[in-house]
Formats: sequence, structure tokens, C-alpha cells
Amino acid sequence: MNERLLLQLEIDQLNAAYAAALDERRFDDWPQFFLEDGRYTVQARENFDRKLPLALIALESQGMMKDRVYGITQTIYHGPYYTRHVLSPAQVLVQEGERIRSQAHYAVFRTKPGDASEVYNVGRYIDEIVRTPGGLKLASRTCVYDSEMVLNSLIYPI
Amino acid sequence: MNAPEMLSRWTGSGASRVPFWAYTDPQLYQRELEKIFYGEHWCYVGLEVEVPNVGDYRLSSVGERQVILVRDRVAPKDRGIDHGIRVVENRCAHRGVRFCQQPHGSARSFVCPYHQWTYKLNGDLAGLPFKDGVASTDAEGQPCVNGGMPQGFELKDHGLTKLRVAVLHGLVFATFSEQAETIEQYLGPSVMPWLERIFKGRPLTLLGYNRQRIPGNWKLMMENIKDPYHPGLLHTWFVTFGLWRADQKSRMVMDEHGRHAVMISRRNEGGENKAVTQGVTSFKADMALNDTRLLDVVPEPWWQIEDPSSPGTRITPTVTMLTLFPSLIVQQQVNSLSTRHIVPRGEGAFDFVWTHFGFADDSEEMTRRRLRQANLFGPAGFVSADDGEVIQFSQDGFRQWGEGGATLCELGGTGTQGTEHMVTETLIRSMYAYWRKVMGV
Repeated sequence: MNERLLLQLEIDQLNAAYAAALDERRFDDWPQFFLEDGRYTVQARENFDRKLPLALIALESQGMMKDRVYGITQTIYHGPYYTRHVLSPAQVLVQEGERIRSQAHYAVFRTKPGDASEVYNVGRYIDEIVRTPGGLKLASRTCVYDSEMVLNSLIYPI
Repeated sequence: MNAPEMLSRWTGSGASRVPFWAYTDPQLYQRELEKIFYGEHWCYVGLEVEVPNVGDYRLSSVGERQVILVRDRVAPKDRGIDHGIRVVENRCAHRGVRFCQQPHGSARSFVCPYHQWTYKLNGDLAGLPFKDGVASTDAEGQPCVNGGMPQGFELKDHGLTKLRVAVLHGLVFATFSEQAETIEQYLGPSVMPWLERIFKGRPLTLLGYNRQRIPGNWKLMMENIKDPYHPGLLHTWFVTFGLWRADQKSRMVMDEHGRHAVMISRRNEGGENKAVTQGVTSFKADMALNDTRLLDVVPEPWWQIEDPSSPGTRITPTVTMLTLFPSLIVQQQVNSLSTRHIVPRGEGAFDFVWTHFGFADDSEEMTRRRLRQANLFGPAGFVSADDGEVIQFSQDGFRQWGEGGATLCELGGTGTQGTEHMVTETLIRSMYAYWRKVMGV
């Protein structure tokens, strides 16, 4: 029981640090939450439920994530905005040795300069987490979002 | 006495200055729905592959009207002449209920939940409860019938609104108009070869959807894909990696009315060329991908066709962007393929629905590649995300000024002819020349 609680706490801490990095706009830190060949996917629930493979964002390595960071900071023209992630406690689904499958619910709010905050993207993380000498890392994070419409654009990672 | 003739508010001549009210006037927008989306035009509804089996349906839209795209039963004797694809309005003939709420599924018939009116897949009314009344006994104990539909009520007069349907190489179009010309005439002979290049004789596979709501007038999206000027300026990836920029061999094609268009180009190696990169802040000379699989382009045999405007010679574009007025964009950008459906939501917003597809004979590797390159496109795309943003900012600019303002579309002059280069806004002008005629402004 204690081990289980400890693991839960560790994953919650990982998620809290992940959310803080994004909301504090430390985008260069973001790929470091993943393994080198880690995957990051943002996918509409509609596609996920129907097993259609298309994703909104589908990155297959830390390298691709760095390319995304370059894109959001240097190349994709967009109106500026803040994000605020609110996460649920993680639910540990399976633990097999050093590999853990878990999920957590998220709501991301968007605030544009001079405007009110709005609900931006709502869904769940479906994660595969690996214990490494450097701590827990994401082997894959799939953000399955319920929101049927992207509010114009989605620039920063979820 | 005759009603006063409406005076045109369009003050300039030609179509190179588009007044802001063309994007912001709610009454004009209502007339656009009537004359364009519900008038003598064909609107995109979906892909045949989305409804593979009898009874399969999905919701779609023509203008703001929700419709059902469904595959009907076809009698064996009609299989050669009837594709079985129907498009009916999602509105019960009884009390106007938008009865179908599941976005996709499979049905034997459609039943309105309110009073159980039941429709066949082709929209015919099959039956309704208590049509012939309810048997009872009257005060004297005699058998009688209570209620029922009046004499002369015929099922056949009360079906769903059926749209005319055209299936063209797996694309489904529909129109509310009985007068609209055939789809082949509607698209015209100069646009058709570019549609056939992608679709003809090639079964599709559905890869999935992306949906975004863009707070701008629907025409801004058509303009964006009729505007070859911006991609090499707004989009770093296009100018830096040579996917679309002004030093490429390009062609702007339109139909005889100027309403549909194709932007055709062939990629180059990118990199420095002062004529098109000097002073362009989006050009990043030193940019290199950490993971080159994002842009792992592999040429496909179908890219090359006989040049429609120069028979006997071959042409091999790497990108073709089709705008089929009023509501469809078809994208081939290297290995990424999609249809993009414009669903207007008032004068100041539209939904933009991306349907990515591949071909049934794609290898697993090619499917993977198409999905990877999808990172460039859509609401989060390295390239397309900023299109939605600038459309929003355009609408904001129009709204804050009001009646007197106009956009300026005079790159390459004020004419409306096709060109063999991309340094032009001719396709935008040609669309507005047509739009002025249709709208009578």
C-alpha cells in the first residue's frame, strides 16, 4: 500500500512539474520530461475513439519536440496567450517492473492579453512512464481532448 | 409602385478593393447563405469512403443547414446507375426538429424522437403514429376513430428535404437547387484535371479529422488559399525549406467564372535566394530540423500528369491547392492530403473541418509519412496554425474601422487572368468579381 501511494505521489509530482514548465513558458524544459525516443500526441477524442490514426500533433522523438519548441517560439505566428493547466490526481492503471501506465484528467485555460480566461482544451493524458536513473520519464503521452473544436489554433503543448 | 432599387454599396470598379462590409454585414451574410450556399452552387458534403456500407451515415453541413450524408440501399438492377449516396436535411418534416444527434453511425431508418415520424434512408417518409387515428367508442357506445391526419394527407408529400447529390471520384457534393448545372459543368474543364490528378480511379482511406472554429468571415479562408503571396512570407517552413515561395515554377488556374481556382507549384531546395529571402524575417537561413522525419518527402507517381495547358508535355507539381467555391479546399502539399470544409457560423466565424486521407494501396510506411507530415497542417500545424490566426486578426481589423474601409488586392495589377507565376493576387480578385455578380453588389 505504501509503495502504491509513493508511486502515485511520484507521478503527481511529475505531472505538476510538467504543467508548471508549460504554464511558466519554460518550453525548452518540456522535451526533457520524455525519453529520447518518447512520443507526444495530441489527438481529438473523435479520432481516438474511432481508431482513426490522425492526430493534431504527433511527435515521435525528443528531436521532434525540440523542433516543435522552435516552431512555437520562433516560426509559428500567433497571438500571444497564457495557459493554465489544472490536473487531476493520476490514476495508476498498470505497473510492470519499471514501466507504468497511468492517466490523469486535465483542463487547460487560455488567457489572451486584455481578455477574460476561457476553457481552451479539456481531456485526459494517457501515459506510459518509465523509471530511469534520472527519475520518471514519459515514454509516451497521448493527450486525448474532448473539446470538439479547437478555438482557432493550438500552439503550445498541452 | 415598385420597391426602390437597392443601390450598390460597392464604390470602386473591378474587384481589387474589397469593402470591409463584405465581411462584417450580418444582413449581407444572410443573403450569401440564400444565394450562394442554398442557391445554384454545389457544396462539399464529405467523402464516399466515410460511409462505406449501406445505412452508414454522418452529419455534415451545407452552409448553416445540417445535413445527413448516408448510403442507401440500391436495387440490384440500379447498381450501374445509382451510387446510393443520399444527402437529406436533418430537419423533421413534422415540427422541424433536428432529429439526428449522433455525428456518425449506421441506421436502418431515421426516426424523429419527438413523435416517432420515421424516414427511409433516402428521406422518404415511411410512416407516423396515429396517421389513421385511434379506434375508440363514442358516447353512444358506437365504434369511432379519434384524430388522425386529414383526408388527402400523403406520406410522399412529407419526406425530408432531399438535396441533389453528385459523387465525383469519391467526393460528395450536394445542392438545394434544382437549376444548378451538373457538377462537371460547375467545376469546369480547367479545374477538373487537377481534381482528377488526385482522386480519379483511386480509392481512399480515411485517416481522421481535425476541427477548428475560426473567428473570421468564411470568405477569408477561400482568399487565404487563393493567395500565393503570403505562404513564402508568413510561413517559415515554406520559405526556408522551399515548399512554397516566389522563386518556384508556379501556375494560377481558374474556371471561366473565376470562382474556383488551383494554385500549382513545384518545390525547390529552399535556402538563400536574395530575390525572395532578403529582408524576409520568416526566412531562417540556419534552421535545420532535429528530426528530419517531419519532412521526409517521397515523390509519388501520380504527381506527374500530362500538362493540361500544354498537351504532349508532362508536369510534376509537388503542391496543388484547389479552392472549389464556396466551401471546399483540397490540399496536396507533398505527401499530405486533405479536404478542408468551410462551415459558416454567422458573418464573423466559421468552422473549418479537415479530413485527412490517403489511398487504399498506400504502404504502411506511406501512411506513417502522411500522418507525420500532417504536423505541418491543421489547427496546430507548423504552417497552417498561423493562417487561422491572421484570419482572426483580419476580421478584427475590418470590424474596428467600419463602412468606409476596404482591403487592397492589387499585386500583379487589377486584372483577373491566370498566371504562370505566384507574385499575384489575381485569384482573390477573380473570386470577388464573381461574388459581386452573384450578390448583386
